[in-house]
Amino acid sequence: MAVFQGLSEKLQAITDRMRGKSRITESDLKEMMREIRLALLEADVHYQVVKDLTKEISEKSAGTEVMQSITPGQQIVKIVHDSLTEILGGSESKLAVSPKGFTVYMLYGLQGAGKTTTAAKLANYLKDQGKKPILTSVDVHRPAAADQLNILAKSIDVPCYINKEEKRAEVIAKEAMDRGRYLLADTLIVDTAGRMTIDEEMMTELKAIASAVKPDEKLLIVDAMIGQEAVNIALEFDREIGLDGFIMTKLDGDARGGAALSIRRITGKPIKLVGMGEKIDQLEVFHPERMASRILGMGDVLTLVEKASRQIDEEKAQKTLERLQKNRFTLQDMLEQLEQVRDMGSIQDMVSMLPGAGGKLKDAEVDEKEFDRLAAIIRSMTIRERENHKILNASRRRRIAAGSGTSIQDVNKLIRQYEQTQKIMKQFSGFGKKGGKRGLFSQFGL
Amino acid sequence: MSLFDKFRSGLSKTRQAVTEGFNRVAASFGVFDEDFLDELEMILIQADSGVQVATKLTDSIRERVRKEGKVDREYVLGTLKDDMLAILETKPFRPDFEHLNVVFILGVNGTGKTTTAGKLAASFQRQGIKTMLAAADTFRAAAIEQLQAWGERAGVPVISNTLRSDPASVVFDAMQSAKARGVKLLIIDTAGRLHNKPNLMSEMEKMHRVAAREGETVGAVIHNFLVLDATTGQNAVIQARAFNEVTTLDGLIITKLDGNAKGGIALAVVEDMDIPLVFAGLGEGIDDLAPFDAELFVDSLLPEA
Repeated sequence: MAVFQGLSEKLQAITDRMRGKSRITESDLKEMMREIRLALLEADVHYQVVKDLTKEISEKSAGTEVMQSITPGQQIVKIVHDSLTEILGGSESKLAVSPKGFTVYMLYGLQGAGKTTTAAKLANYLKDQGKKPILTSVDVHRPAAADQLNILAKSIDVPCYINKEEKRAEVIAKEAMDRGRYLLADTLIVDTAGRMTIDEEMMTELKAIASAVKPDEKLLIVDAMIGQEAVNIALEFDREIGLDGFIMTKLDGDARGGAALSIRRITGKPIKLVGMGEKIDQLEVFHPERMASRILGMGDVLTLVEKASRQIDEEKAQKTLERLQKNRFTLQDMLEQLEQVRDMGSIQDMVSMLPGAGGKLKDAEVDEKEFDRLAAIIRSMTIRERENHKILNASRRRRIAAGSGTSIQDVNKLIRQYEQTQKIMKQFSGFGKKGGKRGLFSQFGL
Repeated sequence: MSLFDKFRSGLSKTRQAVTEGFNRVAASFGVFDEDFLDELEMILIQADSGVQVATKLTDSIRERVRKEGKVDREYVLGTLKDDMLAILETKPFRPDFEHLNVVFILGVNGTGKTTTAGKLAASFQRQGIKTMLAAADTFRAAAIEQLQAWGERAGVPVISNTLRSDPASVVFDAMQSAKARGVKLLIIDTAGRLHNKPNLMSEMEKMHRVAAREGETVGAVIHNFLVLDATTGQNAVIQARAFNEVTTLDGLIITKLDGNAKGGIALAVVEDMDIPLVFAGLGEGIDDLAPFDAELFVDSLLPEA
């Protein structure tokens, strides 16, 4: 959503207006908090959680020296991101294993959350870890639910216990446990009936199943697309049945998954696993930072900010920025940039992470080895040559080519590329000055 | 149970939350001032109406209160209702059954497409319209069996093929069969597809092409209905946009509106897309899919004036 993707830019725009001010004012902060609040709400984070969070973030932001930074908007995003990561992470998210040697996992949730698929994925996941799982469907309501699990179980070669004659879910669950022990399995996964609503009947059934098989983990399956109701659902299940953790499904879609944050925060229960696709092996371990980025809808930019804040020498960056603004971008600057950017990892990745700038830079043909060759050529130049490329005559170019193990064509190409880069840099610094779209290197904090 | 009662009971939790919130802020603020409007915005967002709709509705109240100076509870509620009705509309699905009508049931995974297809078939069959179902969800294990079970209950023939077969071939078979048997309504249940998966979206285009080509000779009319789960949050808006990009949506069906749904998402999607809601799923029974009625919906959502 438009509101969403722009959080980083919006915060930056707000802070841009504050340039020159030494302190962040209360109204500036309030404005920024509103943007954060909207962003979180658009991600379906529960209202109460949003309220509490923005209050905390506001306190944290006010206390730090965000405004000293060149990109305060990004810094605030980082604070928000860190807060989310902290809430989402923390406690142990490994699945419990029974010390008695036979572990039972019970899966429950609303209809359509993806319980049956997740049950099969979980069996596959455990099998890959050398466990011997058995599946059972105790869904006595939905036509063909048991068949669905059975088909999936066959595809991964895991036993599946079904009893279509029996109408009491807890009896099937108990039978499945006996069957599992008989087959020398070590883990039973119970797929329960999904319901459109949490009602008395569903709770009674789940309670009966739980008391029949005494699950080691009672796992709520939550659809990543769920709205504001997520928290109530989780609380109700926790109160009635008990909740040990949850598995979020359909994260291969584009839903922000704000419910993960709400449920984690309000119930305190960890996210154990995440479903990343329709294929049976697409069940993955949960990563708090990735989820935080996803909720904020700005994963890659954040990674970039973090990488940049680790790698870039602030002082050097400031110097480059000043030179840029005076339109003085020398080959020496280019070398430094090359080195710094190179330190951050794959250049192609970096470029692709830049919203907007990616397309522009395509024309400049970014190639990894090319970057290394360019650096070698510049290193073979004298300081004077690096400051002023115009003095590079044929004889100098020959020397540089020999010194860097390249050809004169390569040196010529570098000079052309340098001129091209200089042009791009001018464009970008121009953007920055007009206060419009901020350019490539501002993303790096330069 | 009357239709109104069904809407009422389906949205009872949301209504209760809205009413409580409304009364709480009315009581604590006394007057309907800026803080009240903030709280009202919050109540609407909590009902999944989304920030855009919540802001629009509260802005409208602010505007009218400023203009007309009325601040009492009835007035605010009345304004809210009018504005919600201006977003939603009642536009029942009443196609010309002289020709063959082909309805594609589309949507992301787990929204209740198969169930909706079954219920729709049952409802039209009972109205005396010759109906047929096609199981074009050849991906999900047991989806075909599920639709066949619905077909049996509704007394409607189900055209199907095997798991993993080409869905477009199922559409082809169904079109042939529907034409041969003089069917007036062919409901095609499709596989759930996340809207950000291009392959699945192009598979959908192929099904459409087949239906359009085969239907040409009999003047078949194709309708695309997107099924949205009412418990979905703001992603429902993105789903509707994405599906509407690859195909023109003619209507929305909101399912699971009973019990745990908030319902406000209906407002968010219709406001954004301007596509009418045609049916609402109000329960698990075969008769619980009702034509969408905006007035009943809004009355079920808001407290008594």
